[in-house]
Amino acid sequence: MSATVGHLCGEACQAPPPGKALRAISITLNGERHSLAAPSTLAELLTALDQTPDTVATAVNGEFVARTARADHLLHDGDAVFTFQPITGG
Amino acid sequence: MNTPLTIGDLTLESRFFLGTAGYPSPAILQQAIAASGTQVVTVGLKRQLAGQGGTNDFYKLIKASGARLLPNTAGCRSAREAVTLAHMAREVFDTHWIKLEVIGDDYTLQPDPFELVQAATTLAREGFEVFPYCTDDLVTCQRLLDAGCRILMPWGAPIGSGQGLLNPWALRTLRTRLPDVPLVLDAGIGSPAHAVQAMELGFDAVLVNSAVSQALDSVAMARAFKLAVEAGRLGWEAGVMASQDMARPSTPVTGRPFLL
Repeated sequence: MSATVGHLCGEACQAPPPGKALRAISITLNGERHSLAAPSTLAELLTALDQTPDTVATAVNGEFVARTARADHLLHDGDAVFTFQPITGG
Repeated sequence: MNTPLTIGDLTLESRFFLGTAGYPSPAILQQAIAASGTQVVTVGLKRQLAGQGGTNDFYKLIKASGARLLPNTAGCRSAREAVTLAHMAREVFDTHWIKLEVIGDDYTLQPDPFELVQAATTLAREGFEVFPYCTDDLVTCQRLLDAGCRILMPWGAPIGSGQGLLNPWALRTLRTRLPDVPLVLDAGIGSPAHAVQAMELGFDAVLVNSAVSQALDSVAMARAFKLAVEAGRLGWEAGVMASQDMARPSTPVTGRPFLL
C-alpha cells in the first residue's frame, strides 16, 4: 500500500533551482509507503497525515526522535518511521 | 491501614499496583481502579498500525483516574529496544518511572537477565526510576541493584499464568538478603490468596493484572485484592507465628478433665 503526500513542503519548501526538478523521496510510516517532496521533516510528515503529534512517540529507523527534535529531523529516502501510542498494559 | 510505602519521590498508602490490560470495557476498568484503591497503574506503548491514529478510550480513563502511571517496555527482546521504548514512554507519559521488561523466552516470557541488567544500567544512569521485571534469582537481583535500580519486581510465576508463588523459598530468600529494597511481586498471581502469601513473605507490594481483568467480576476482584494486600501486609507487620511439625495445645487445661 502506498500514498502520496503532496503538500508537505508548505512554506518551508524552496522552489527548485532552474533546470532541476523537485526531488521526491520514499519513506514508510508504520509500514505504509509514502512519497514526499524533499526536503521534508518528521514534524511535517505527522502534520500532513493528521497524526496527533502530542500523543504519540516517534522513531526513525529504530532511533527515538524526541518531540522537540521532529521539526529539525529531515527525512531521507528509505527511512522507516514508526509512531507509538499509549495503551493499557500490565 | 498499612504503613505507607515510599518509592523514590512518592509515598503510597496502597501497596496494590494494578495492571490495566484486558478488561471487558473501559467502564469496568475505571470501576476496578476505583475499587482497588490503587495509586499506581501500569500502561504500555504500542506501535501504531498504518492509517491508525488517535488515543484509545481506555487510556483516557486511566489518565483521568489520577493514579501514578508506570509505563512498561512490554514486547522488548533486547536492551536497545527497551531503552528506546523507555525514552518514548518518558515523553508520552511524562514520567521517569519505567517498568523495565526485556523478555528472553517466548513461551515463559521469562526476563533475559543479561539484557535486563544492561538496559537498567543505561536507564538508571539517565535518571530513570527503573522497576525491573525480573525472576526470583538472587544474584540477578543484586546485579540490578548494582546497576542503579532502587526497587525490584520479581515474578511469582510466568506472566498471566495465575500459578501463584512457584518458589516461595527463593522469594523469602530475596526478602532476607535484601531487607531494605522495596520488592514488588509481579506476575503470576492468580487469586487473592497468592497476594496474601506474597505480602506475608514480606514483599512491599504486589502488581496484579490478569487475575483482576479476567475475573468474572473484575470490580469485585479488584476489591478482593485490595483487602488481601492489606491483610497480608498487616500479617507481616504483626509477625506470623513460626510453624512447627507437631501440635501444641492452645487451651491451658489441667491434664485430662476427669483423671488425676
